[in-house]
Amino acid sequence: MDNNAIIELIDVRKVFDDETVAVEKFNLTVKKGEFVTFLGPSGCGKTTTLRMIAGFDIPTSGKILLNGEDISRLPPNKRPVNTVFQKYALFPHLNVYENIAFGLRLKKVENTYKNKNGETYKKLEKLTRAEIDKKVRKALEIVDLEGFEKRGVATLSGGQQQRIAIARAIVNEPEILLLDEPLGALDLKMRKEMQIELKNMHKKLGITFIYVTHDQEEALTMSDKIVVINDGEIQQTGTPDQIYNEPVNTFVADFIGDSNIFNGTVTGKLKVKFCGATFDCLDDYEINQLVDVVVRPEDIKIVKPGEGQLKGKVISSVFKGVHYEITVGIGKFEIIIQSTSTAPVGSMIGLRIEPDGIHLMQKVYTVNKYDGVITKNNKVEFGDGEFACDVTQLYPASRLDEEGYLITADGRQIDLAGVKVDVAVDTHDILMTDDTEAGGARGNIISMIYKGDHYRYIVRTEENEEDYVLSCPDMWNTGDLVGIIIPEDKIKLTLKPEVEE
Amino acid sequence: MKLRFNRSQLCIPYALFLACFVIAPLIVIVYYAFTNGQGQFSFSNFVNFFSSTNTLGTLLYSFALAFSVTLVCLLIGYPTAYILARSNFKKKYVLLMLFVLPMWINFTLRITALKEILSVLEGNISAYPFLNSVIGMTYDFLPFMILPLYTSLLKLDKSLSEAAEDLGANKLTVFLRITLPLSVPGIVSGITMVLLPSMTNYVVLDMLYNSTYIMGSLIGSYFSAYDWNNGSMISLVLLVIIFIVTLVTNRFSDKDAERGTVL
Repeated sequence: MDNNAIIELIDVRKVFDDETVAVEKFNLTVKKGEFVTFLGPSGCGKTTTLRMIAGFDIPTSGKILLNGEDISRLPPNKRPVNTVFQKYALFPHLNVYENIAFGLRLKKVENTYKNKNGETYKKLEKLTRAEIDKKVRKALEIVDLEGFEKRGVATLSGGQQQRIAIARAIVNEPEILLLDEPLGALDLKMRKEMQIELKNMHKKLGITFIYVTHDQEEALTMSDKIVVINDGEIQQTGTPDQIYNEPVNTFVADFIGDSNIFNGTVTGKLKVKFCGATFDCLDDYEINQLVDVVVRPEDIKIVKPGEGQLKGKVISSVFKGVHYEITVGIGKFEIIIQSTSTAPVGSMIGLRIEPDGIHLMQKVYTVNKYDGVITKNNKVEFGDGEFACDVTQLYPASRLDEEGYLITADGRQIDLAGVKVDVAVDTHDILMTDDTEAGGARGNIISMIYKGDHYRYIVRTEENEEDYVLSCPDMWNTGDLVGIIIPEDKIKLTLKPEVEE
Repeated sequence: MKLRFNRSQLCIPYALFLACFVIAPLIVIVYYAFTNGQGQFSFSNFVNFFSSTNTLGTLLYSFALAFSVTLVCLLIGYPTAYILARSNFKKKYVLLMLFVLPMWINFTLRITALKEILSVLEGNISAYPFLNSVIGMTYDFLPFMILPLYTSLLKLDKSLSEAAEDLGANKLTVFLRITLPLSVPGIVSGITMVLLPSMTNYVVLDMLYNSTYIMGSLIGSYFSAYDWNNGSMISLVLLVIIFIVTLVTNRFSDKDAERGTVL
C-alpha cells in the first residue's frame, strides 16, 4: 500500500433497487492533501461515489479504505470526513454560529489529567465553550465572514451561505473534505471568485479535497487530479494537463474542452488519414486500423491556401474575446478552429496540424452486438425490440418453406422459434426516425459527438437500457425519443454455440 | 363587451359573506354577552361565568379532556407521520389514504361502531366515561393531527439530516436537534386542529354515555333554555381562548415563513 494514500476505493460497485448500476469497477487512490475532482455529466455516478465515501450510501460490493482501514460500512457520523452539500443544507432553525458549532458540540476529545498521586489518566470530554468559540471564530475568519455569528442563515446571500457551509465542514478538521457541486447554485462571477478561494483554502488547510462537478473548466482550474467518469465507470484519471492533452477516448476528448473528432485510418508507421489527407502523428497504431482522431481547435493553424495539409472554405467566424472561433468546410467535413487571427468568410484558407496536435485513440464502437432470440414470425428480438431479418443466413444455402419453417441444404426442417442467436449490426447501418412506433425499438439519445462530417449517437432504450450506437449526418438533440430502424439485410445473425449441433 | 373588475370589486362577495356570517353574529354575541335579559348593559354574565364553580369545573374538565386527546393524538400521530413521510414505499399515498379514509364516513356512524367495540371490550361502557371520550375523540381527530405533521415532515429536506449525521450526530441526535425542531410548525397546527374541536364536540360524549358537560354542551344547554346572554358569554370566553391559541400558533408559523425562503 502507498503510505501516502489517504483513501482507496477498490472495485467499488453500487446498484440501486437491484437493477440500476450507478457505479462500477471503481478503483481509485487519493493521496493525502490532494485536490481530486470527479468530473462527468449528470447521472454518471460521481455524486453516488462521493456519497459512498461520506457514508450516506453503502457500496453493493467492493471496499473503501481510509488510511488502510475498511470503512465501507461505517455510518457517516463515525467517519473523519465532512461534506459540503450541493444546496448547502444549512440548518434553518439555527443561526450562523450554531450551524458552525453543530459538529463541535457533538465532538468528544481525549484530555489527559493528573490525579492526586501524580498518575496521568485520560478522559473523553466534550469541548468547552471557550474552545468551541475559538474554533468557530477561526472558521468564520477563514471564510471571511467575521461578525456574522448571530445572523439567521436565511438572511444570507447564496455566496455567504456557501461559505458558512464550508466553515461548518472545515471547523471539524476532517481528514477529507467532500464537496458536492458546491458552486452549482452561484452565478458565474461568484463562482470564479469562490473557485480561487477554495483553491487557496485547500493550500492553507492542507486537507484532502474531493470535489464533484460537471463543469470541465472548474475541474481544470482547481484540481491536482481529475477523475473523468461516465456511465458509472472511470474513463480516465490524470492531471488536468494529461486529461486535456492526452484524452484516452472520444468521450473524454469531447467532454473536456472543444474538439474536432474524426474517423481515421492508420495508413503507415505514424501516419493517419482523415478528412481526405494524410498526417504525421505521434501515436503508434497498427496499419489499417480504424481510429478516432481528436484535434483541439487551437492546435490547427491557418496558413496560406496550398500550404498545410488541408484546404477549406471559411463558413463562419465568431469573435470570442480572446480568440476567433472559425468554422471551415473541407468537402463534406467541418472543422472548428480557434485562432487569434481570422480570415474573411467565404475565403479559401490552408490548414496545418502539427503531429503533436493529433491524438489517435482506439475506436470504442464499430459494431453493435446483442443477444437475440428468433421469434415465431422469423423475426429476431434483441435490444428491447423486434426486427425483421433474414434467418436463412443461419444455415448455409437454406430456404424458408410456405409455413415459415427453415429448410436446410440437406433438406431438414427446423423450427427456429426460440432459438438464441448473436446479433451484430454496424454503427452506420442503424437509422433513427421521429416516428417512435415505426422502428423495431425505440429509445432516447443519451450521447452525441460530432465527427467532422457526421454525428455519432448512442440511443438507449427505456426498458432494459440497451444501447444502439449509430452514425447519422443529421443533427438531433440529446434526450430525443427516437425509433430505431435497421434494414433487414443489415442484421447479421450467428447461432449461439450451444444451439449448434 | 368585456367585463373588467379591479381587485377591490372582486372582494365584494367575500366581504358581504364576511359581514353576514362572521361580523354580524359576532356583534350579536358580544351584545348578548354584555346585556341582561332586559337588554340592559351588564357584566352579570361575566361575573356568573367566573364565579360559578359549575362553569369553571366544566372549563377545567374540557381542558383536561382536550389536552388528553391532543396528547394521545400527537403520540400516535407523530410516529405515524414520520414513518409515512420517510418510507421509500412507492405506494405511501395509499397508506396515508388509509389513515384519512375514516374521515369520509359520517362520524356519528363511526362513533356508533366504536361504541359497539368498546362495549364488547369493557362490558358496561358508562363505567369509563373519560377514557371512552378520549378514545372516541382521538379516533375522530387523529387524521387532523397526522396530515399537518405528514406535510411538514415531508417537506423537510433530507439533506439536512444527512448534514447533521455528517457532522457527527447519531440518529437520535439528528431527530432531537434537527427533525423535531423543524417539524414544530406541523406539531403546532396539528395541536390547533385537535385541541379546539375537542373542547366543544359534545356529540361524542353524548353518544358514549358521558354525562359530564364540556364547553360545547354547556353552551348548548344555555341556548336550549333560551338563556342567550350566559350562552353568549361562554362562547365569547371560548372565542378569546381560541384567539390566544391562534396568536401563539401564528408566532410559530411566522418563523416557518422565514424559513421557507431557505428551504
